[in-house]
Amino acid sequence: MTALLTITVLVLVGIALWQITKIFEVSQLGRKKDDSQVANDKDNDLQGKLMFAFLVFIYLITIYSFWAWGDVLLPEAASEHGVDYDRLMWISFALIFFVQTITQALLHYFSYKYRGEKDKKALFYADNDRLEFIWTIIPVITLAGLILYGLYTWTNIMNIEEDDEALIVELYAQQFNWKARYAGADNVLGDANVRFLQDFDGLNVIGIDASDPNGLDDIVVQELHLPVGRKVIFKMRSQDVLHSAYMPHFRAQMNCVPGMITEFAFTPTITTDEMRMNPDMVAKVEKINKIRYENSQELIANGEEALEPYQFDYLLLCNKICGASHYNMQMKIIVEEEKDFNKWLAEQSTFAETIQ
Amino acid sequence: MGADAHHHKETFITKYIFSQDHKMISKQYLITGLVMGIVGIAMSLLFRLQLAWPEQPFGVFESLLGKWAPDGVMDPNVYLALVTIHGTIMVFFVLTAGLSGTFSNLLIPLQIGARDMASGFLNMVSYWLFFLSSVVMVISLFVESGPAAAGWTVYPPLSALPQAQPGSGLGMTLWLVSMAIFIASSLLGSLNYIVTVINLRTKGMSMTRLPLTIWAFFVTAIIGVVSFPVLLSAALLLIMDRSFGTSFFLSDIFIQGEVLHFQGGSPVLYEHLFWFLGHPEVYIVLLPALGITSEVLATNARKPIFGYRAMVASILAIAFLSTIVWGHHMFISGMNPFLGSVFTFTTLLIAIPSAVKAFNYITTLWKGNLQLNPAMLFSIGLVSTFITGGLTGIILGDSTLDINVHDTYFVVAHFHLVMGISALYGLFAGVYHWFPKMFGRMLNKNLGYIHFWVTAICAYGVFFPMHFIGMAGLPRRYYTNTAFPYFDDLADINVVITIFALIAGAAQLVFLYNFIHSMFYGKKTEQNPWRSTTLEWTAPVKHIHGNWEGDIPEVHRWAYDYSKPGQKEDFVPQHIPLAKGEEELQH
Repeated sequence: MTALLTITVLVLVGIALWQITKIFEVSQLGRKKDDSQVANDKDNDLQGKLMFAFLVFIYLITIYSFWAWGDVLLPEAASEHGVDYDRLMWISFALIFFVQTITQALLHYFSYKYRGEKDKKALFYADNDRLEFIWTIIPVITLAGLILYGLYTWTNIMNIEEDDEALIVELYAQQFNWKARYAGADNVLGDANVRFLQDFDGLNVIGIDASDPNGLDDIVVQELHLPVGRKVIFKMRSQDVLHSAYMPHFRAQMNCVPGMITEFAFTPTITTDEMRMNPDMVAKVEKINKIRYENSQELIANGEEALEPYQFDYLLLCNKICGASHYNMQMKIIVEEEKDFNKWLAEQSTFAETIQ
Repeated sequence: MGADAHHHKETFITKYIFSQDHKMISKQYLITGLVMGIVGIAMSLLFRLQLAWPEQPFGVFESLLGKWAPDGVMDPNVYLALVTIHGTIMVFFVLTAGLSGTFSNLLIPLQIGARDMASGFLNMVSYWLFFLSSVVMVISLFVESGPAAAGWTVYPPLSALPQAQPGSGLGMTLWLVSMAIFIASSLLGSLNYIVTVINLRTKGMSMTRLPLTIWAFFVTAIIGVVSFPVLLSAALLLIMDRSFGTSFFLSDIFIQGEVLHFQGGSPVLYEHLFWFLGHPEVYIVLLPALGITSEVLATNARKPIFGYRAMVASILAIAFLSTIVWGHHMFISGMNPFLGSVFTFTTLLIAIPSAVKAFNYITTLWKGNLQLNPAMLFSIGLVSTFITGGLTGIILGDSTLDINVHDTYFVVAHFHLVMGISALYGLFAGVYHWFPKMFGRMLNKNLGYIHFWVTAICAYGVFFPMHFIGMAGLPRRYYTNTAFPYFDDLADINVVITIFALIAGAAQLVFLYNFIHSMFYGKKTEQNPWRSTTLEWTAPVKHIHGNWEGDIPEVHRWAYDYSKPGQKEDFVPQHIPLAKGEEELQH
């Protein structure tokens, strides 16, 4: 892959150099009589043709990118609303591609077709209200459609109704790690504040108020487990600076803001095990492991440790600049069947047990 | 007032340093902007090296970054500092002051037919405040704890707490001081531009006869005056939170084993204040570039700009809408989702005037007689990147779609194309086009062509692939992506991007060489090399105080009488009276 990319770049550089020398030659031809530094017919001719070539370049880089890297785009959505999200995304994309293809073609084709000649005269064409009207109204209609569809989806995603069925989970951010808190048997999170963090010799790692009975059965963990098919309502807090809880596979993101509780909700639809079997994911993991294997060979040759083989897991990343180790602020997410989830949760200790 | 100006005796200091002449001030802005641009672009190349070959030792790191790159391996804090200062310098110092400062100063008096700015003194103060803020920003690079490193948006609490990162110490203080001075400079400049355009137009230069450059600079200045004070207030409140213990933006914080006293503030408030400037800032950067493009396209297409009235209307619409869309940077900040809906609506509306502008540019080329000078190429390039980058705005402006691409490389690709590269192309187009006016000499066109083509190819080479890694979910501002094996398959793409970036950086050296060489040894220019209609080309090549010897020319027509039927030449300058029976276009 790297070799292919390098070759492509070298070819492009070669073409660029070739064009440069060509430009230089052409300029040398005209030099004796014309050194005005204003484009003459020869310049116009060459530059106009290059403009057309540039259109081809834009199309080629688009096609090449999709061919080479199309597989990294939006991994399969693993949440209920993620499917709606993806549909809206692909509709917007289709529209963008259509407009991009046409407008770039017009722009560069005109630049080529109407390249200047000494004796030609341009058309004096200053205004046309009907044309202006057409290209005002078409975007208006298209965008109205997109706005309505977008807002409908947005309202569905962000309208978080607290129902009894939903699982309440707190995501707690700090420089540079994540913790999660489950609400326990009562499904109500106990009050919390950074002022309680120093209680119980630092055992109260996310500052739960010990005098709030709702908090005693809360469970604090370092790894996020979610039951498949059940709505999860996330309450997010941060103890120091802004962080952002980003879960790309679930099309979910919300900032964590010190001094305030933010919310996001989604329903996971695919368990971790199922996702690992997904053919696209299998291919991706294979590709990654091939890369890691190659890198390991190099490391071993240098007397360093080999990289561990990669296995897919859902991710929670920090996506708001938060300091030196921002790049490594992550938590593993495991989506599993409800019974496995319950079994795992039962093994964790409650806040009351922790502070005893 | 200006008429007696050229009787003053000039010393070296009043002519070249504390000059009150708009033409000299414009050159000062340009050169300061270029120097800052070199710093900003060099920084981007450094962090691109780190992103392509993470944690690899580079000799260049060791020599440039010293103790911040032990054994040549870049430190994560330095990485963050580099992206922060790169953003700050490029947005404010290069594309605001360097672009708008240079060309507003040069062109407003010359194109409206004025002897100088309304206040030459304020104009001089404006430049020197800009210079001072640049100096403070550069000094901040050399402090012990490093420069600001909280991202160019410097969101608190990260930027407010020295405990949170080394860059939030003295470096951050200097950043805030520098920006406060910068804002003062920008406000003085903007007020001057507004007053000059309103009051000092020559006889016959009605608002509807103004070249689109002037419309763009005028409206840009208004946006600046409306929005920059809000950033100043944000900066002042942040200074208070940092230094005087107030809690405007801070609440409930525990850091480095200590509970801080802050209570009741909100970082979201800062985000609102910042983006109330931050979004209009995009148009403060872009509108002058679009104005320059309108002028350069029409002149070199030998055609009137298509839809003059629609162009003015779209500038005004963009200006108005730009002040009510800031919330689209905050869809997932924790603000009420209903606000998100409102901002989605206003944001997508802004696509309409933008589309009108793009279509008008394309139609201006149609059936033209295109003189493909370097300035023209950059203007066409601007339209191309403006479209490519603008279209992805439809995705980011949609609150729903923003959820998953917010703060990823998709955003980086979008804004670099639509405002970074586009505005940079506008700057280059302006320099190639008005270099003869500024320095009395021509830039070498062949070097200009090389500069354009290498830059154009690399701009797409750098930013097009970024859409892909963004859609894959890769966050921006990560020092390295190696902490996530999931992103290992993106490593190749990052190498490609960096290679293109390095070539693009090298191409700018061609421009610098051309610029400096031509300043002294370039071919001497004729008075009106591009055969343009606007007033600046009626002024003598040699700069004189007051711009015109004798009377200021009177204006009799609009700025776009190119290839008008029945005329001998393919352009009729604005100061030429209408011939008998000739009709002025109704616009």
